[in-house]
Amino acid sequence: MNERAKVEVITIRGRTVVPGVAEGEALVTRERISGWGGVDPRQGTIVETRHELRGQSFAGKVLVFPGAKGSSGWSAQFHVARLMGTAPAAWLFNEMTTKIALGAVVSHAPAMTDLERDPLALIRTGDWVRVDADAGVVTITRKAD
Amino acid sequence: MRLSDEEKAMRDGDQGAAVAKAMDLLIRYGEALGAESLVETRNVCGTVTATTPFMRDFALAQGGLDAVFSEFNLDSAEVVQVPKVRAFSSHLQLGFDPHHPVEMGLSEQIVEFYKKSEASAAKMGVQILNTCTPYQVGNVPTRGEHCAWMESSAVVYVNSALGARTNAEGRESTSAAMLTCRIPNWGYHLDAPRLGTHAVELDIEVDTVEDWGLLGYWIGDWVQDRVPVVRGVGRVPNLPKLKHFGAAASSSGGVEMYHLVGVTPEANSWEQAFGANRPIETRRYGARERAATRARINAMGSDREVDYVMLGCPHYTIEQIWEATQLIEGRKVHANSALWIWTPRAIKALADRNGYTAIIEAAGGKIMTDSCSAMSRAVPPGTKVVALDSAKQAHYLPAILGVQAWFGSTAQCIDAACSGRWSGA
Repeated sequence: MNERAKVEVITIRGRTVVPGVAEGEALVTRERISGWGGVDPRQGTIVETRHELRGQSFAGKVLVFPGAKGSSGWSAQFHVARLMGTAPAAWLFNEMTTKIALGAVVSHAPAMTDLERDPLALIRTGDWVRVDADAGVVTITRKAD
Repeated sequence: MRLSDEEKAMRDGDQGAAVAKAMDLLIRYGEALGAESLVETRNVCGTVTATTPFMRDFALAQGGLDAVFSEFNLDSAEVVQVPKVRAFSSHLQLGFDPHHPVEMGLSEQIVEFYKKSEASAAKMGVQILNTCTPYQVGNVPTRGEHCAWMESSAVVYVNSALGARTNAEGRESTSAAMLTCRIPNWGYHLDAPRLGTHAVELDIEVDTVEDWGLLGYWIGDWVQDRVPVVRGVGRVPNLPKLKHFGAAASSSGGVEMYHLVGVTPEANSWEQAFGANRPIETRRYGARERAATRARINAMGSDREVDYVMLGCPHYTIEQIWEATQLIEGRKVHANSALWIWTPRAIKALADRNGYTAIIEAAGGKIMTDSCSAMSRAVPPGTKVVALDSAKQAHYLPAILGVQAWFGSTAQCIDAACSGRWSGA
């Protein structure tokens, strides 16, 4: 038998929010994310007290989450994160709001929504995800179980 | 996104580099949202001043305040010269009260840097209101007026209580709107998203500021960012009550629009509030729900020795300061406790003139402006337990500062300040 691990590759389409191409390891949460008071842009981590990702870093990851919540200071937090080099590499989310739209725009990271399959159900933390928001395609690569 | 000829001209630089950058940002943002067009706005509330050490270092390294505005307000790495604003623009609250540097733990350098930044903002034509409640100090939008406001408690107030139209904008989008008089025509600028989605039937009288805070907290927790419609309001709530109601609903959930049947401008009737929608769900609010909400907010309180009483989230009105002076006149803040009341600068000036500041200070309290403890992370030294009459502040302060919080009426808070103990439920 070939010792090389089998990989599974899944491709889905969606709507482009911010154009561009980036890839990275997926960080998936079913909980919405707060900007102001919810993240530490200097460290690129989630700090919200009761959040399931508390203490985890989103820097350079493909962040997969339902959407934004909390203060209208949301965009400014991820704007600072980009300047600090701690912003996510790309964004995939389900619920469009002014907070996530502006936050994604000023992060300059490719972002997509309205995906043809629910990314929260499909993508697992640790999967390798390529977001080609220029073409409107997300490619998920995972070691087969 | 469709652009008018004037908008295309702005994008192409006919009105200078800063306006072109602002329009470029609005186009990227509008397309991200899926907006079909921009809408004209002449009423903008945002944050343009530089307050953090990070911005100070950025200014030193990159070429001063124009560089800070270009990057943090227009998302432009290219430094553009910042022109005067075209829209009527108001400044929101800050990360500190520059008049109380010792209490805020501010270095002289940061205060000096801020003062330069404030002068520069004023020169641009931005009104230095420095409050989360512009609607109580001269910026009262009219029904149907398209606005571009930040600050969730102010957004929910002007949408719902006044019938103005705004989404919860951010630092960059409001700055771009100040220079272009445009914002994406999306969300609460349109008719359909303003209609009710969830129904609340009141089984009990909701009357005091505390009552309205509790109801707001309960509703937000349930509907999240949908549009609740409340039926059964008895006595018509005034500005402070709706201020606390909306702030609570936008903290526990993300409510940016609500209707009170027979009270708010787009809800003369149940039918008008829902329009073509049918309620997704109806819930009743009674004594049980009220008690459970109070217990939930007070879950972060256990020690009854109160170190700090904070009033003024959202910023206190002159009526609330007057009420506080009536409750505290002739009494003293306990030696182990402290009382800080937060309000806009303009209302502080009125409190000074009315003699209220003198009464609060004679009792050992302080009137502060421009910020609050959640924004500034500043509390009296050694604070472990706080008492609040704001459900919003009780929601944020334990998370931000790791303190315990008690929530109750204004009278209970003043009693706690004077006795050093929380005697409420």
